[in-house]
Amino acid sequence: MKIIHVSPEAIDTAAQLAPLAELGGGAVASFIGIARKDGDVTAIELEHYPGMTERALEELVEQAQARWSLLGCVLIHRVGRIEVGEPIVLVGTASPHRAAALEACSFLIDRLKTDAPFWKKEHHDNGSAKWVEAKQSDDKAAKRWN
Amino acid sequence: MRIAYFAKVREAIGHDGEERDFPAHVKSISDCLDFLESENAAYQQAFAQREKLRFALDLNMAKLDHEIADAQELAIFPPVTGG
Repeated sequence: MKIIHVSPEAIDTAAQLAPLAELGGGAVASFIGIARKDGDVTAIELEHYPGMTERALEELVEQAQARWSLLGCVLIHRVGRIEVGEPIVLVGTASPHRAAALEACSFLIDRLKTDAPFWKKEHHDNGSAKWVEAKQSDDKAAKRWN
Repeated sequence: MRIAYFAKVREAIGHDGEERDFPAHVKSISDCLDFLESENAAYQQAFAQREKLRFALDLNMAKLDHEIADAQELAIFPPVTGG
């Protein structure tokens, strides 16, 4: 089972994760990325590359499925304007035992951050906006799965 | 060839893409950037720090020295920051 979705709609995390618990495995792991309250940031805006984004996410899920014994994967990324406190991304994995679900979940979010064409812009309280710079720590986190 | 721009690069250039026919001597992504820069100062500013640019050819990540060959679409954008 595999669900990949990129959309401006709010993510209902509980509803999206529910099907993973019905696959007969003993483990579901999940990660929810939230628009962080960073100083006077009020919202973030997510731009993406339609077509390439879906392909990059498909590829990541295929790699995770080849590497771990997974029963299911959910990968949902929101785009457009997202208010502080709202989910940006949801990664969910289901497997017979916890190690595969936890590792695959880490792999998917670490690699999504460096391989999928999304860009974040922060909107500030005073009306200004600024593109977020890529972090070296994200490159390092992604490389540990090489 | 279709050229697509995203995020900071799109804003620096002022539009999200264009159709371009490159002359025969333009073989790599790097050559494409040189060619565009020779035409217009807006591109020089957008492409000033090439080490901070990322590229895709027909929806696959590509490096500056990749040959464009018969690719249909070149995308130019900053390092990604999703998740």
